[in-house]
Amino acid sequence: MFMRNSLICLSLLFVPVLHAEEKTPLLGKPVSKALVEKWNGDIFPDGEGLPAGKGTATYGKKVYQQYCLSCHGVDGTGDSADELAGAKHGLTDNPPDKTIGTYWPYATTIFDFTRRAMPLNNPDVLSNNQLYAVTAYLLYLNGIIGENDIMNAQTLPKVKMPNRDGFVNQYQ
Amino acid sequence: MTTENELKPVAEGGLLDRRLFLKKGLTFSAAVLSADVLAESSDIYRPESSKKAGDPFSNYGLPSEYERKTIRWTMGNSMADGNGVSWTPLQDLEGTITPNGLHFERHHNGVPDINPKEHQLLIHGLVDKSLMFEVDDLLRYPMTSLLCFIECGGNSNAAWRSEPIQTKLGYFHGMASCSEWTGVPLRLLLNEAKIKGRAKWLVAEGADASLMNVSLPLEKALDDCFIALYQNGERIRPENGYPLRLIVPGWEGVTNVKWLRRLHLTNRPVMARNETSKYTELMPSGKARQFSFEMEAKSLITNPSFGHKLDKQGLYQISGLAWSGRGKIKKVEVSADGGNTWAEAALQEPVLSKCFTRFRIPWQWNGQTVVLKSRAIDETAYVQPEREELIKQRGQHGYFHYNAIVSWKVDANGEISHVYA
Ligand code: HEC
Repeated sequence: MFMRNSLICLSLLFVPVLHAEEKTPLLGKPVSKALVEKWNGDIFPDGEGLPAGKGTATYGKKVYQQYCLSCHGVDGTGDSADELAGAKHGLTDNPPDKTIGTYWPYATTIFDFTRRAMPLNNPDVLSNNQLYAVTAYLLYLNGIIGENDIMNAQTLPKVKMPNRDGFVNQYQ
Repeated sequence: MTTENELKPVAEGGLLDRRLFLKKGLTFSAAVLSADVLAESSDIYRPESSKKAGDPFSNYGLPSEYERKTIRWTMGNSMADGNGVSWTPLQDLEGTITPNGLHFERHHNGVPDINPKEHQLLIHGLVDKSLMFEVDDLLRYPMTSLLCFIECGGNSNAAWRSEPIQTKLGYFHGMASCSEWTGVPLRLLLNEAKIKGRAKWLVAEGADASLMNVSLPLEKALDDCFIALYQNGERIRPENGYPLRLIVPGWEGVTNVKWLRRLHLTNRPVMARNETSKYTELMPSGKARQFSFEMEAKSLITNPSFGHKLDKQGLYQISGLAWSGRGKIKKVEVSADGGNTWAEAALQEPVLSKCFTRFRIPWQWNGQTVVLKSRAIDETAYVQPEREELIKQRGQHGYFHYNAIVSWKVDANGEISHVYA
């Protein structure tokens, strides 16, 4: 009996201690809004984070040929790197054909990913105008927008991707 | 001494009681020690290695020259050699810890060269104060250590194919490794920045040439995530995220962001390429599973496996690895008759949550053709599925999160092949 009581007391004593805020040296340095803006490249589906600038598929085709074609093939049909456009069939076929046009849920992801990672051999080379243009070209190749549609911070988030509702969140 | 009774099989195909190896006086037919021959000229026998002074000290040790074949198998893109993967040679390793030089790699655009004096970590977004941390600052924070596996969401993907791939185990299941990681609980840094009530997600970004980023639920970040600075006691290797790596225990490898430079607290996921186009699983319905973070229970017989050969009949030890992203492994069962009968394997202690667990069981091979399998059951009572079952649920085109039972066929010559059985 005595043992059991003392165990209960111990657990009552220890639980709050474990959950108390641990002491840390508090070494994080506050930084300015301007610095955060420079570091933060995240672009969200609603357009948050998209920079100024614009472009169309016509100019985007030139950007693509200069910077992307060597790895992604003519018209984005794939080569040493992923197929980006020109799907021959859909997602329920065997095998399925996953491209930006058939699979990607958000157009903003194309801009975001290309800006952070492409072209793979020189990821720091493209200007925001070139990025809007090559994004427009990839959307055009996939039959989602017209050749002369202007892509910018206002129009890109409004592009409705064919597979927008194709994902089921397993976490929630 | 072992009695007749104890050598009775516990399941078909020659599986013996897992406690048998604890008995003394048991000999393996595969490895019988030959008696040392006494040299005539001296009163004690000295092996060659003991007849002269050995090599001097070394600043950083390397494996024996006779073990240089235990390496990662690398697979880079033809146009960009830093894009691809390298695999842990699980078939050549024992125990549960992956040596640092053999930890698997997945790089999207190479291993960045980072001077820790110049590397910083920014926390911003839905916090009261945006804060910048230097690596030296983080070294002063209270730290925690965790032994856990990291497995790429794309590990084992070759097993979705219709024909079983004939290659060494590590070359298709080796995007999984296990280390002791040490670092600063993320909670401490987030609390310092003061999280705003609306925050629900966190976008983590690396400092590599693809600025790799993914979204994580804040709930998980506050639960058990930490920023690792050390791996198996030494500072993290460049290819594993030096100087800072986010550790997300039990969740798919891509969330364990290497070269961590930025944490952005938000109220929604960013929908990055690596959580939409990739690391999502297309189902037969045409819909895709997204944010399927947890790595479900898996087990593999590592020895014997493809590429090993049994030279002689007799007593062998079946040895393998099991792990679950949901917690501890509760039980591993082994079959030596293609899944008709199963016997429980011994688990090497300690059995840790979200960590590699070594299992072993003795097996008498009498030269017959058999199919060996293992299946893991975790503490949530999840049972590793047969391949057929997994395909029934998910189809064959999900690519990620393959965790079905693996089957090895041992033929009459002792050759081992990969089969779907
Ligand atoms: C040197 C070769 C190379 C060049 C040049 C290149 N890419 Fe890529 N690209 C790749 C590789 C390799 C991948 C896969 C990256 C990974 O594994 O994370 C990729 C992936 C992509 C993806 C994601 C594909 C998917 O299905 O998830 C997009 C979009 C993309 N590239 C666009 C571009 C654009 C736009 C350009 C030109 C501005 C470009 N790439 C130039 C090699 C290249």
